[in-house]
Amino acid sequence: MLAESLALSAVLFTIGVVGVLTRRNAIILFMCVELMLNAVNLSFVALSKLYGATGQVFVIFVMTVAAAEAAVGLAIIIAIFRHRQTVHLDDINLLKG
Amino acid sequence: MDNTFHPLFYGFHFYLFGLIAIASAILFVTRKSPVAAALWLINVMFCLAALYVMLDAQFIGAIQVLVYAGAIMVVFLFVVMLLNLGQPDDLADIRGTGPRLAAGAVGLAILAEVMVLARSRIPGGYVPGAATQLPVPPADGAGGVIAPVAGPLFREHLLAFELTSILLLAAIVGAVVIGKKQGPADAR
Repeated sequence: MLAESLALSAVLFTIGVVGVLTRRNAIILFMCVELMLNAVNLSFVALSKLYGATGQVFVIFVMTVAAAEAAVGLAIIIAIFRHRQTVHLDDINLLKG
Repeated sequence: MDNTFHPLFYGFHFYLFGLIAIASAILFVTRKSPVAAALWLINVMFCLAALYVMLDAQFIGAIQVLVYAGAIMVVFLFVVMLLNLGQPDDLADIRGTGPRLAAGAVGLAILAEVMVLARSRIPGGYVPGAATQLPVPPADGAGGVIAPVAGPLFREHLLAFELTSILLLAAIVGAVVIGKKQGPADAR
């Protein structure tokens, strides 16, 4: 099942990338990033069946970083929403030049 | 209890959960409402938890449900509802035809690249005797399902584990500082 797991991981990662490229809502963009992290976790777990449990340890670290990223990122989104009353990325173009 | 391994049964459920995960992910990307998208993403995470259990990573499957589907996605849904998104003028956030085609091309390119990499490197490069560590023992071993994960976590990766606590502390402080309501006393 290793090849199938890696293929599924690749498909989910690609769907996450396409979501990041096609959506404008900042929160949905964050959720697409979470989907990509999940896809990478799946390949870690699939390879840990072959190479030992270190892959599962990495998954725990990835989940920790994802939780921290979600907390800080959503706090930033709330702060932006408080200033601009929007989470659409096309309307948040202060640094665009 | 019958503990024999049924390859057909295993394969059927593996493909079942895999296909549900892909379908849910596609629905997640294409839903307009953020709440519906978040619920489909939770469905993906549950399917991935089932796959983790089938890949002999029961503990990872459990914390996938508890931490990802149970905690992180609740925070996402909480923010969606706190900001009162989902109004009709907020819903049209999917980009137009040009960016959609570009995203599809980029997605196909990445998918082809990853597939070629996965097919050419991982199964072909694997030598049965080359594994540096023992594979994960079956679940009915002496330490249960947590010992194979806890051993490397608290021995080889202890420093990274401790640094993770600093990361979490920094994230907590950062979230509080960023999300703090600025009163009239410290308003800029």
